[in-house]
Amino acid sequence: MKDHASLAEQFIKDEARTDWHDETLWFVRQKRDKAAYGLPEWEQLRTWASEIKDHTLSALDNYLVEFETNAIANGIKVHWAVDAAAHNKIVYDIMKAQGVKKLVKSKSMLTEECHLNEYLQQQGIEVVDTDLGERIVQFRKEPPSHIVLPAIHLKKQEVSDTFHEHLQTEKGNNDPQYLTHAARLHLREKFIESSVAITGVNFAVAETGGFVVCTNEGNADMGAHAAKVHIACMGFEKIIPKAAHLSVFLRLLARSATGQPITTYSSHFNKPRHGQELHVVIVDNGRSRQLGREDFRNSLKCIRCAACFNTCPVYRRSGGYSYHTAVAGPIGAILNPNLDVQAYSDLPFASTLCGSCTNVCPVKIDIHQQLWKWRQVVTEEAKVPISKKMGMRFMAWILDCNVNYKAAGKIGRWVMRNLPFLVKNKLNPWYKQREMPDAPKESFKEWYIKNKKA
Amino acid sequence: MKVGLFIPCYIDQFYPQVGIATLQLLEKLGCVVEFPLLQTCCGQPMANSGFAKLSKGCDTNFVNNFSNYEYIVAPSGSCVLHVKEHLQSEDNPELAKHIRASVYELTEFLTDVLKITTLDASFPYKVGMHNSCHGQRGLHLSSMSETVAPAFSKPGQLLQMVKGLQLSYPQRVDECCGFGGTFCVFEEAVSVKMGKDRIKEHTANEVDYITGGDISCLMHLEGILKRQGSNTKTIHLAEILNSKL
Ligand code: SF4
Repeated sequence: MKDHASLAEQFIKDEARTDWHDETLWFVRQKRDKAAYGLPEWEQLRTWASEIKDHTLSALDNYLVEFETNAIANGIKVHWAVDAAAHNKIVYDIMKAQGVKKLVKSKSMLTEECHLNEYLQQQGIEVVDTDLGERIVQFRKEPPSHIVLPAIHLKKQEVSDTFHEHLQTEKGNNDPQYLTHAARLHLREKFIESSVAITGVNFAVAETGGFVVCTNEGNADMGAHAAKVHIACMGFEKIIPKAAHLSVFLRLLARSATGQPITTYSSHFNKPRHGQELHVVIVDNGRSRQLGREDFRNSLKCIRCAACFNTCPVYRRSGGYSYHTAVAGPIGAILNPNLDVQAYSDLPFASTLCGSCTNVCPVKIDIHQQLWKWRQVVTEEAKVPISKKMGMRFMAWILDCNVNYKAAGKIGRWVMRNLPFLVKNKLNPWYKQREMPDAPKESFKEWYIKNKKA
Repeated sequence: MKVGLFIPCYIDQFYPQVGIATLQLLEKLGCVVEFPLLQTCCGQPMANSGFAKLSKGCDTNFVNNFSNYEYIVAPSGSCVLHVKEHLQSEDNPELAKHIRASVYELTEFLTDVLKITTLDASFPYKVGMHNSCHGQRGLHLSSMSETVAPAFSKPGQLLQMVKGLQLSYPQRVDECCGFGGTFCVFEEAVSVKMGKDRIKEHTANEVDYITGGDISCLMHLEGILKRQGSNTKTIHLAEILNSKL
């Protein structure tokens, strides 16, 4: 399988498109900045959010049980899934019991993580993603490239072509309003046809047994209100203790994600409507393991706002697919190694450790510190090319003591001056697009000994 | 004031003039500067590549060289941050702790310890400031665009004292240049693209020089500038602060 570096290289080959991708996401970052600067208490809100989440994670078992008890009392059916397969089967079994073959689904990164669509389609079920961006990529048989803006890698023209093919819109008509109108008509039909709706969960409130779903398009509501059965799927870290805590998180979420003061729809679901079934599926899928890793535990505070994506200079220039997983970006790079350390051993290295992600994160996850720590784990637990290991040992041997260091420096600089072809060649990735620094005759140390040492 | 001068390995080997400028500048400002001769590297190249366990030798050597100083100063935010965050010593944990608390990046040493308000320096050029991430976000040498807090810049404050210097900032004032240690070779494509984008914003300001507190970032930008055949040059902050042109 290709790693982040080679997938990114492929992406960057189209430099104009890379620039466009970078600027589009930078624009979102700027909108976030403006929204954040607009609230003098912004940093205080982040601290509160972080502390509430830290506290919740420290007593997660209790809060999950409290949520379950209250949800059941409200008439919600609660299911527990240990992993992706269990989650998918629970959803399928509900469908089977209903005897239906169609469902609509609003955005849920959890179901992406569990590959629910593929699984259900194999069982002969039609799954329609109703988030506009997700519908676009679904038509194109692509996964989302971003957790909040799933089709951000596509240009208007490409959306128009896709709609022309699947919704018979006029060829070449790129007008966003025209295209969204076509999507709306198409999705309305799907909402009416489907008796099962799946939604994600942004916040599940232990105290009330209810949950909140945030969207800008109202598609979660359309689905849930039209369907006989509503299934809400959540990772177990979505719990917050009290409804009052929403006043912190709802203010942070949309501002961090898109720069809006709040999502257009923040819908509270507390109990099934008369005649409706309401299910909540609570999923572990590796989260317990992450909770047990002290260094990485607080990655579970994530509220999936994607601010870390938009600010990441690497993500903006390499695109979501270069992370070859459902949740890309900086947070993906610290969540995925927990799921499969070998398959995602490249991701902690897809960063310069600049720290911008940590600074924008509304729940103060120390993302770049965790990237550093994952690097240490990866080199222990995953297969690392022997050449890299040997290279590092050799480098350490040189740098450990002054004798080796001085000799190696002198030889190295001599080689660079006298045998430049040894470094100025295609095998040296530095030299591919950059000149080597000049190699001075004298190091600082040599100069110092000559000129300064009394 | 006695200062232990820490000159990171790549400055020692490739940019001795930065070491010399730092030394001369500190002496000019009245410090008694000692350069421990057996120093090598802080161990960051291994640690950031996931081999922190291989940097123990560097740690030991660093402790042996620098444990006697009340102030350790280096012209590199990145190496200073590494020492502050990761220097360990199994034999002498107390000494390692002392060093972690006593190591300063050059500009913060000038503004916070020496508290200088004037500088006898001149550099009559247009200079673009590159905020290196480890100095900025790690050591808080300047405010950060992501966080809601009053604006400040320690390197900016010092550059203001230099006669004739016209300071400018790129549009994205603190975006990473893409150097990132071994990132610059293992993720070559992204690294270079990031560097090119920084350069574009600086050249839009028609700068003569790009400066910053970390020669590693500047070396990366310089490599790209030279390949492009650009007239824009790179120069370390210490060299500007030590200039009388
Ligand atoms: S890690 Fe933080 S910034 Fe990134 S998506 Fe999660 S909450 Fe948002």
